[in-house]
Amino acid sequence: MKAASFEYSRAADIDEACAMLAADDSARVIAGGQTLVPMMVMRLARPTRLIDINRIAALSYIRNDGDGVAIGATTRQCVVERDALVAAQVPLLARAIPNIGHAATRARGTIGGSLANADPAAELPLIAITLDAVLSYRASGETAEIPAREFFIGPMITTLPAGGCLVGVRFPVWQGEKIGVGFHEVNARRSDFAFVSAAAQVELGADGKCKRIVIGVGAVTDFPMRLDSAEQQLMGTTLDAKAVDAALREALADIDALADLHASAEYRRRAAINLASRAVADAVSHAQGKKAQRNADAH
Amino acid sequence: MRIELNVNGTLHEIEVEPRTTLLDCLRDLLDLKGAHAGCEHGVCGACTVLFDGEAVRSCLMFAAQAAGTPITTIEGVTPGPGELSPIQDAFCETHGTQCGYCTPAMILVAHALLADNPEPTREEIVEAISGNICRCTGYAQIVEAIALAAERMRGANRPRSLSK
Repeated sequence: MKAASFEYSRAADIDEACAMLAADDSARVIAGGQTLVPMMVMRLARPTRLIDINRIAALSYIRNDGDGVAIGATTRQCVVERDALVAAQVPLLARAIPNIGHAATRARGTIGGSLANADPAAELPLIAITLDAVLSYRASGETAEIPAREFFIGPMITTLPAGGCLVGVRFPVWQGEKIGVGFHEVNARRSDFAFVSAAAQVELGADGKCKRIVIGVGAVTDFPMRLDSAEQQLMGTTLDAKAVDAALREALADIDALADLHASAEYRRRAAINLASRAVADAVSHAQGKKAQRNADAH
Repeated sequence: MRIELNVNGTLHEIEVEPRTTLLDCLRDLLDLKGAHAGCEHGVCGACTVLFDGEAVRSCLMFAAQAAGTPITTIEGVTPGPGELSPIQDAFCETHGTQCGYCTPAMILVAHALLADNPEPTREEIVEAISGNICRCTGYAQIVEAIALAAERMRGANRPRSLSK
């Protein structure tokens, strides 16, 4: 379990990191390294050069930028987990983060690293897609933005251009009186890779009816998916359990679900319906001011 | 490459390959064998050290990345030679050590937890050690040890009028 030899460079700023990436096709950026280092020691990845962006201070921040919360690419997951602004403004992100790995991996793992890695079972891509987050990256001396829904295109595959480096992500903040969130996942052991995960955020109107809803499921398809048709069907309804279940069933009926040793395609579809309906139910109770449920899925 | 590591308050100037993990550097170059090599790919938690006070897996970072940041290993938590920290003491007392392989990491995770949260619930203790595997399955005593240490540390050096 030793990595193959490589050169190590510490980038002073993002443009230097991009220049180093451009100069060597087999160079890789290292942020938290919680996925890359295991890949390297198992020799599944053999970069010729590691470009360390951990000390670029400008990439580590959490700030309110009007109607969104912007988070820098190398901001540690544990920092976001404890952040009061995130808890207040992006509760779905705050709710999902404790499910990422363990405390010791969240202490090193970064927001940008998990997004760029694009594991189909990872929580952060799911939350980014569910909330319509916008990612920003630097490439060839310019900063560009890309919506999360256009960023993830396959398992560990993104549209980040070669030689590009993520700089941050912006989560839209929902302004409203009655907003609630729900998140559920099922895995073999606590904090292992999810077999299926589901996230939902709702806004209820004064009449208690659904004013706005987003639902996403992860680990079921090659990259997290939004359940657009279910969202459209449920708008304006009271979000009662039967209607939610029916809408989710329909939305997930024709998907091409992943299958592996741990979970069959049929299991994943079934679990996705169940977890998404629990996530919506939690989001509704949360929006109604009831205490949020702790993740009590069977492990 | 030449790096300077700050381990347990001592600065060490050492020559490492970029591919040398912090774990291998601590064990092989600094002779600090308390960080244990288990799975070496981030699953078992046996190699946990405190990196700027946070529990991290030393097998999942390269020594070169750790330069300049204070690192604490199990060798650094004792108050003096021949003495034990309150957490180590509690592990002995409750039989929280079995074969001992996971123990240094468990103790460091407990240090990180109690520094942040002096009065953890059982659930919080379980969550804190959830990334550390004890193959003897001695979890019950480990949880008991951390709870006992927390209780003692809360009570230490406080006027009786402030104690519950």
